[in-house]
Amino acid sequence: MITLENVKKIYPDGTEAVKGISFEVIDGNLCVLLGPSGCGKTTTMKMINRLIPITKGGIYIDDKDTKEMDENELRRNIGYAIQEIGLFPHMTVRENIATVPTLKDWDKERKEKRAEELLTLMGMDPDEFMEKYPTELSGGQKQRVGVARSLGADPPIMLMDEPFGAIDPITRDRLQDEFINIQEEIQKTIVFVTHDINEAIKMGDKVALMKDGELIQYSTPAELLAAPKSRFVRDFVGSDRTLKSLRLMKVEDAMKKSPRAVRKDDDLSEVTSIMAEEDLTYLMVVEDGRRLKGWVNRQDIEDESGVVADVMSEDTGSAELGTSLAEGLTVMLERDVANLPVVDEHGILQGIVTFNDLQSLIGETYTERGGKHPEVTQ
Amino acid sequence: MEVWNYINGHWLTIGNWTLEHLWLIFVSNSIAVFIGVSLGIFIAGKGREEVADTVLYLAGIMMTIPSLALFGLLMPALSAMNLPSIGFLPAVIALILYGQLPILRNTYTAIREVDPAMIEAGRGMGMTPRQILLKIKLPLAVPVIMAGLRNAVVINIGIATIAVFIGARGLGVPIFRGLRTSRMDMIITGAIFVSILALIADGLLAIAEKKLTPEGLKR
Repeated sequence: MITLENVKKIYPDGTEAVKGISFEVIDGNLCVLLGPSGCGKTTTMKMINRLIPITKGGIYIDDKDTKEMDENELRRNIGYAIQEIGLFPHMTVRENIATVPTLKDWDKERKEKRAEELLTLMGMDPDEFMEKYPTELSGGQKQRVGVARSLGADPPIMLMDEPFGAIDPITRDRLQDEFINIQEEIQKTIVFVTHDINEAIKMGDKVALMKDGELIQYSTPAELLAAPKSRFVRDFVGSDRTLKSLRLMKVEDAMKKSPRAVRKDDDLSEVTSIMAEEDLTYLMVVEDGRRLKGWVNRQDIEDESGVVADVMSEDTGSAELGTSLAEGLTVMLERDVANLPVVDEHGILQGIVTFNDLQSLIGETYTERGGKHPEVTQ
Repeated sequence: MEVWNYINGHWLTIGNWTLEHLWLIFVSNSIAVFIGVSLGIFIAGKGREEVADTVLYLAGIMMTIPSLALFGLLMPALSAMNLPSIGFLPAVIALILYGQLPILRNTYTAIREVDPAMIEAGRGMGMTPRQILLKIKLPLAVPVIMAGLRNAVVINIGIATIAVFIGARGLGVPIFRGLRTSRMDMIITGAIFVSILALIADGLLAIAEKKLTPEGLKR
């Protein structure tokens, strides 16, 4: 656990870069320091491994005061990744990754094994990349090696300063996804600096929003979006925060489970009566084991006779479990449907998200979960 | 033809002069590298920008003093210190001074120009300033320092001929004697061997530079 207690940074010329902030990062959490440039987020991060000395207050790691530790020893036990990566061009990927293990005097085999492990974790083939030099890598590969190097000696804590900031949006998105998966596996305690609200919402368990050296709001991304504490926070998260919170929620958070479904060989008159009975405009069509096959529309079956197979639409958009609601909404808008079936990875129907559910969910984030600013955007 | 005859008849003596010349260059440049690189590392340190400016300025001025004048100035200075004012010692000192600028400047520049991101990364991972110097800055600076050394050696091979005026030995001897006795063959022989020596030294140092350049910087 990292604890910041009334931490201040005052430069000799009197500038107060950080004005007494306190917060805690619990083990295994990723805490994003977010804010406009010059807000003190990087300064705050660098005070944790004492690259910048603290003027007042204290930073504690598992209740031990960092001021009392040897600064190099402290840094060797905290992973450090920066936007510019800073790979050493005269060292191979293997040697780069083994930087901290070398400082810690690990033996050769252990270093070798660790480098192999980390490359594999980063989705890079050790046989192919171990002996390469940084100049032979693409931007995304360099970034991965940079992260691998910061994990070199398996530190419990990591500091990351806009580690995906310098790469193109598509690669960045992929690296973020990869890193989220990696973090799920390695469960490090991470302090992550960014100025990108979308990155903060995507990556953070907690977000610390800073402005002018002060901590404005410290909460989960969902709370930040739903209940911005001040006008500054609201402006910073942007007017599209509804859409952002949809990105944060999964389809399973909004779906109705085990929806009514019919089969291909069911008689249409039967289907019509089910629809009338339950006041539905749609029914999903499934086959054995509730595998999704398509859907039937109320208008299409009116005055028709025969079986479901005659009138059903096979081409149905669907979302897999784990898809974000924003993506789900996109599918709905693209297909011009108001009901989105949710399936598992085998295509088995799990539930349905309806447009109405989405609407009420968004309303909820603005009223119940928000409370303070219950205005509704159109 | 005359030159050929002279070389043919005096190859042992010429060989001797060449070795003496080489020895002079070797001793002076070894010391020059040691001083230049150490001083270069020192002035490249944080907060020493003003010292660096002064040192580089002085080294620059040194290069503008005509070599003959420098030899002349060294003689009284050395005799005042009760040191031999003619011969090998003043020659070595002068050559060390002349070799300073290229070595010093290249060391300084190379170290200052190491990407700050690498230093930041090194510091952040818990490298001590010494480890950052030895493991990052110096290996990355080696090619540029070597280029400075090459420069210094080539300059000094030429200047060392003039050292013969203050009693040093080497390939300056046939040139000096030839000038006094109007023997064109001796002058040309000296000049040819000095040039060959400079070319060979430059070539060998180029190979050494390549060998010493870290693998990752070549690709």
